[in-house]
Amino acid sequence: MSLELRAITKRFGSVVANDTISLSVGPGEIHGLLGENGAGKSTLVKILSGFVTRDQGEIELDGSKLDLDSPNEAVASGIGILHQEPLVFLPFSVVDNFLIGSPKEYGHAEAYEALSRISKQFGFDLNPDVSASNLSIGERQQLEIARLLWLGARVLILDEPTTAISSIQREKLFATIRGLADNGMSVIFVSHKLEEVQEICDRVTILREGKISASVELPSSVEYLVSKMFGTGALPEVHRSQISGSSLLELVSASAAELTGQITDATLSINQGQVIGLAGLEGAGQRTLLRAMAGFVPFSAGSFTLENIEVGELDYLERLRLGFYYLPADRQREGLIDGLSITEHVALSMSDSSAVIDWNVARSEAIRRIEKFSIKGTMESTPESLSGGNQQRLLLALMPEAPSVLLMEHPTRGLDIESAAWVWGYLQMLRESGTSIIFSSSDLEELTTYSDRIAVCFSGRIISQIDAAQATIEELGLLIGGVPQR
Amino acid sequence: MNSVQQIKYFTGAIIISLLISIFFLWLIDAPLVDTAKLLVEGAFGTNQRIGDTFMIWVPLLLASASLVVTFSAGLWNIGVEGQIVAGAVAASFIAREVQGSTAVVLTLMVVGGFVGGALWGLLVGVLRVKGGVNEIFGGIGLNFVATGLIVYLVIGPWSRDGVASTGGTEPFRDQAWFPTIDGLRASPLALAIAFLALISVMFLLSKTNFGLRLRATGKNSLAANRFGIATSRYLLMAFIIGGGIAGLAGVTQAGAVYHRLVPSISGGYGFLAILIVLLARFRGFWVIPIALFFATIAMASFQWQLRLGLHSALGGVIQGVLVLSVVLVMGYQEVRRHREQITTRDETAP
Amino acid sequence: MNAATFAIIVASATPLIFAAIGETITEKAGVVNLSLDGSMLLSAMTGFAIAYTSGSVELGLLGGMGTSAFVAFIVAFGGIRLRLNQIAIGLILTYFATKLSALLGGEFVRKPGPFVQKMSLPGLEDIPFFGEVLFQQNPLVYFSFFLIIVSFWFIFHTRRGLDLQAVGERPEAAFARGISVNTHRYFYTILGGAFVGLGGAAFSLDAKMGWSEGHIANYGWIALAIVIFGGWHPLRVAFGCYLFGAIQIIALKMQPSLPDLAQVLPIAPFPLMILTLVFLNMRVVQGFTMRFKGIGRLIRGTAPSALGESFWPD
Repeated sequence: MSLELRAITKRFGSVVANDTISLSVGPGEIHGLLGENGAGKSTLVKILSGFVTRDQGEIELDGSKLDLDSPNEAVASGIGILHQEPLVFLPFSVVDNFLIGSPKEYGHAEAYEALSRISKQFGFDLNPDVSASNLSIGERQQLEIARLLWLGARVLILDEPTTAISSIQREKLFATIRGLADNGMSVIFVSHKLEEVQEICDRVTILREGKISASVELPSSVEYLVSKMFGTGALPEVHRSQISGSSLLELVSASAAELTGQITDATLSINQGQVIGLAGLEGAGQRTLLRAMAGFVPFSAGSFTLENIEVGELDYLERLRLGFYYLPADRQREGLIDGLSITEHVALSMSDSSAVIDWNVARSEAIRRIEKFSIKGTMESTPESLSGGNQQRLLLALMPEAPSVLLMEHPTRGLDIESAAWVWGYLQMLRESGTSIIFSSSDLEELTTYSDRIAVCFSGRIISQIDAAQATIEELGLLIGGVPQR
Repeated sequence: MNSVQQIKYFTGAIIISLLISIFFLWLIDAPLVDTAKLLVEGAFGTNQRIGDTFMIWVPLLLASASLVVTFSAGLWNIGVEGQIVAGAVAASFIAREVQGSTAVVLTLMVVGGFVGGALWGLLVGVLRVKGGVNEIFGGIGLNFVATGLIVYLVIGPWSRDGVASTGGTEPFRDQAWFPTIDGLRASPLALAIAFLALISVMFLLSKTNFGLRLRATGKNSLAANRFGIATSRYLLMAFIIGGGIAGLAGVTQAGAVYHRLVPSISGGYGFLAILIVLLARFRGFWVIPIALFFATIAMASFQWQLRLGLHSALGGVIQGVLVLSVVLVMGYQEVRRHREQITTRDETAP
Repeated sequence: MNAATFAIIVASATPLIFAAIGETITEKAGVVNLSLDGSMLLSAMTGFAIAYTSGSVELGLLGGMGTSAFVAFIVAFGGIRLRLNQIAIGLILTYFATKLSALLGGEFVRKPGPFVQKMSLPGLEDIPFFGEVLFQQNPLVYFSFFLIIVSFWFIFHTRRGLDLQAVGERPEAAFARGISVNTHRYFYTILGGAFVGLGGAAFSLDAKMGWSEGHIANYGWIALAIVIFGGWHPLRVAFGCYLFGAIQIIALKMQPSLPDLAQVLPIAPFPLMILTLVFLNMRVVQGFTMRFKGIGRLIRGTAPSALGESFWPD
């Protein structure tokens, strides 16, 4: 099938998320959609999947116009979307997941047959009767792809599919995609990872700030692609200071486990003012490690000391008092309180031991912090009205002035370039005044640029610790995928 | 601009509820004009009646104050009925057992009632925090237990000599009676307690650190925890404070209205307070007039039954129609406002 | 406990079965209809009123069904279209419907009216023991058996049942697959409400019960508790209803031997049921049952993940 988009435009308030986007994908073509976070890729995907209606522009599939007002229509037209986090029903079995949403005439018999047929064709290993919650993300992707194929998808849109899968699963996925394209499927591969787009796509359309920045055949030079993705300026300069503070935190043979991951026998040493980046695939253990250091997950073994004093037994509230601070990845759910104003958040963060609140003091403090952190909002603004970047600024503004240990999950996920640069500017200032920062990220550039040292997690263990100044992105990527180096 | 729209919709809701009420009045062959007249007359026609209206206002204020506290912590404290009963039982116990002057006995009754209600609320809280049990069902279960307890006491150990009926216990000694204004059944002390409780709650929630943390817990307990708030403790505190204030309603019911313990001591005021608080959008300020209005309807209901032979549930129907209409209409208004906001609000691309 | 006693338990639990299974269906779709206590009373009243004035039991039952279905519609509408909190709207409706049932039912109080007649099933009624317990009942009871089996089969063994579960479990995913989430929720909430109404009407039209104010008060709360107790599974929910019926009969039988508690005993089954639910839901107990796979699965049940959260395609 050939899919053609003409002059697609979508506005959210005064922000133009998609500005006159045109592209076309032919049968058997793997078309990359490349761009930084916030460039407009996910809006376009939402339009194509029927979740969001475009303001202007036309969509044609094999020559016939589509309205795409609802996911229903997208499904019926043969457009299949593989979401970044596959929308599966966790408590249900694989075969039930397969069935839901398919035409009513199909029953279990047809589902079993189709599942095994497609699995064989592409080399998937899916047990129809297990609960979907037992599947890894890569396997859930396979389930979704199989389902979309069964329902006759002729256009497949993959939205950042490699975010949370191992390199082995990634190879498998790419082989599957090539196989599908060979059979005439039109594929749109949405990603912000340059190397992957180069590897698998035939053509690429690059988005930047809502507009098409380039549309070229692949392969193409990396410099060209980078310049089209980021504009003329490259990444902001980084000053890796030479501070070598004294040893602050020692993690020795520590283990911790929670529902979504575990970490075993981890040993990590952090000095004052050091920045440690935690790298790894989703579920590899770095999140559990961070949360255990924060006090949300108890250590089952090993020791965790702050200036030689054991703190492993303390809970989060107690560690807060010792100078720890934790910034979650899910800002709105875990970090900020919808419905409370910035002033109220500030009042909460001021460790005021008096019973009565002096709202005048709280208000002037709120104004001060809004200015200092350049938050685009007023005293009365609530978190839900702030953009992602401003939410992150607010979270940083609510932190005690200089924590000893700052634990951060994905500090710049979902932020535009300007906010991300600002955040790291602030974090570098903190580290210069002695704060130790441990952060997890899936952005390899962020890790290599801002860390002093990178600890790579794989399958629940720290398999490598490398000096960030000398690490390359390729080397880091391989380590994350479990391929040992040197 | 937004408030003007809200007032318009609110007025519309009142009109709708009026029309529906008239419809029901027509259904039961009620004389419209007389019914309307008795609404005001029944509640405020004589000094005696004004006093009685105020005495219904009191438990409504207290139960509402209790619910405002628990709602701000994000809790559905349906157990408020049982907490009122627990407070009444505790106060009755003190009234029966403690000797002393009126001042002493009454003070102890108030304290004891608060403690009784607080403990009953704490039970629900513990079930929720330590046991992971939904507070709606924990509250309902304990409401049943409280009812059973009071029935047992009234018919059994505390029954009147020789008369084992559900009519109630012996009336309390004089020292355990809340002093009333001459000739009226109204107790200014009870009213003062009610207002004091409500104003304290409003102050607590808007001006203290405890209140702010409680509200944070109610809106997002996970994030509140990240701020260093021990959310479990705050939830329990909410149940204790809320339960205690509800217990005070039991104290005034037992000591100032019935002057003894009867099985129906809570009068359904706890559940009615849920409607009041929903109507008042959890704002203490609006609770005051709304509770008074509901008390008015309740009083009028007696007169409608007495003088016009209408069913005693008429008042409840009108209260229900009012709350339902307002909640539905204001909900609609919110949705429209939200939709307009989306098209004009500045959002970054997802 | 002889066959006659069990037969009484089955018969008395039947209205509760209708209500609890109806609410199970509603909650499986992700909607909480907390108006049960009030809407059952209202349906009991309207059902009786219609049957009394028309002389037809069938019309009365239908009227009861329609009443609660309408109340359920208000819950769905308030939650979905008006974005109100489902619990709040349910509580308001409980109060309103309770009072309304008393107000409008005044003239029907304690009037003898038509009721569902017993209809023994030929052949089946002669089976030893079970014949008397199960097949010498009235048609409503037989329908309740049918409902239990059909709802179980529908939810867990049909395509549409799978869609129903999907809508309550993860509405975004169901929506992405082209299932109209809110249409389904409206439908199953109203359908569940209709069965709740059948339960309410069954109370007043079953064996000389008639109508009197609040005589089935609190049964709605019990039904809601049993849905949780039964883990949102029709078979277990039915078991919960029969269990409650048994507790009620036991309490009745104990009355003569415990005269002091005579007034309290009729109320006792209610807290007992709720507290059993409370007990079984306690984390301590849940952790304990996790170790015994068989019993664990029997007792535990997981709520539909999106229960009580309204969904908007926005």
